[in-house]
Amino acid sequence: MSELSVNHLLGIKYLNKKDIKLIFETADHFKEVINRPIKKVPSLRDITIANLFFENSTRTKLSFELAEKRLSADVLNFSSAQSSVKKGETLIDTVNNILSMKVDMVVMRHPNPGAGVFLSKHVKASIINAGDGAHEHPTQALLDSYSIREKLGEVKGKKIVIVGDILHSRVALSNIFALQLQGAEVMVCGPKTLLPKYIGKLGVKVETDLRKALNWCDVANMLRVQNERMDISYFPSTREYTQQFGVTKALLNSLDKKITIMHPGPINRGVEITSDVADSDQAIILDQVQNGVAVRMAVIYLLASKIKQ
Amino acid sequence: MSQKVLLNAKAINIILHRLACQLIEGHHDFSNTVLIGLQPRGVFLASRLAKILSEDYKIKDIKLGLLDITFFRDDFRRSDKPLEANATKINFLVEDKNVVFIDDVLYTGRSIRAALTAIQSFGRPKEIELLTLIDRRFSRHLPIQPNYRGRQVDVINNEKVKVNWMEQDGEDSVYLIEK
Repeated sequence: MSELSVNHLLGIKYLNKKDIKLIFETADHFKEVINRPIKKVPSLRDITIANLFFENSTRTKLSFELAEKRLSADVLNFSSAQSSVKKGETLIDTVNNILSMKVDMVVMRHPNPGAGVFLSKHVKASIINAGDGAHEHPTQALLDSYSIREKLGEVKGKKIVIVGDILHSRVALSNIFALQLQGAEVMVCGPKTLLPKYIGKLGVKVETDLRKALNWCDVANMLRVQNERMDISYFPSTREYTQQFGVTKALLNSLDKKITIMHPGPINRGVEITSDVADSDQAIILDQVQNGVAVRMAVIYLLASKIKQ
Repeated sequence: MSQKVLLNAKAINIILHRLACQLIEGHHDFSNTVLIGLQPRGVFLASRLAKILSEDYKIKDIKLGLLDITFFRDDFRRSDKPLEANATKINFLVEDKNVVFIDDVLYTGRSIRAALTAIQSFGRPKEIELLTLIDRRFSRHLPIQPNYRGRQVDVINNEKVKVNWMEQDGEDSVYLIEK
């Protein structure tokens, strides 16, 4: 019988191959559940989950909340904008106060890398990292791989290029770990200023020519340019970025094969991809969103089953 | 560990035909009836019965679904072993249908309780009946009884009833195993 090797989901780097397989197989069952006329199961009716968002999020927060509700968990929502964090409370104090209200699991997004790991060492609850700074965003990487598996049959042996702002991206790092664990080949592509200096050490190919990257790959995962994380200018102008690293329909049509386009959202239409690409049949962007709920249900269900009564 | 044969292949075959006839008695042409095999072990019995009904009794268009009850069980986080899910395959609505749950062994009744909740995700059935190959007496935790039973057996708690199917285990047989 199978269960996860971890008690928290802090990052893909703490998972093994079997964990990912188990999460995907469980997600298959939940995907069937969320397509039923009544989309809910009672498994987690005695579990309470707190969603702590110390950083803005729409999609991830909604997706987690929906996944929790589909599993019948009780849900607490917290965002730092309207909280005592502004009054100077520490992270451990904030979380311990919430946990003393008998909360079993914490889903946390935090601007500081390693916030989830830190918390898991100091509080008694299962922690799911919903993005920690530019470090990891494990559920996003899982749903990306799950969507590739759904579209192409398997992840193993596939060629995936991650395009854009690799430097500020937690999605990129989690994706690299997840894809490599499953035996895919990974390339990163972007302006030199947005590629971390030692990224090649992770065993990924590095490319600065978008056309070459797209010709090589089966799947292109287009990242958003994270203007809010940029303290300096990394490229001269948005227009220049788009000309060199934006995917257009004309560019896709000029390739030798039909590649799959992914995007973790939110899309800057006309910057990293044009509207006709985002809405084309090559894009699986909305499938990613639907799969996100199923994958998060699987992660929450599997972690909850390890919380002993 | 000692084991005793409760039913051999021949006896199972006779019982399956009897159960099929009893189903026909209650459901005529099956036009408003759906058969639901409960995962994991009820699906073999359900597909056997569906096969007998269509091949030997010429009943057309039998609707057969498979229902997994894992996420509806009442022992999540209570059992030592993690619960493992199986596929649910129901590509029809059960709204206003006569539903027949099919499982191999009826023991505590808790799986059936879970199945009664799970099936609601697919609509509101007109009626739900239960068919089991083996009915263990004196072991129920809930007020649940089968409408169609293959064989009723008295089994004490440290004994286990194991149903084998040709498709999965290489033979049709029912054993009583002492743990």
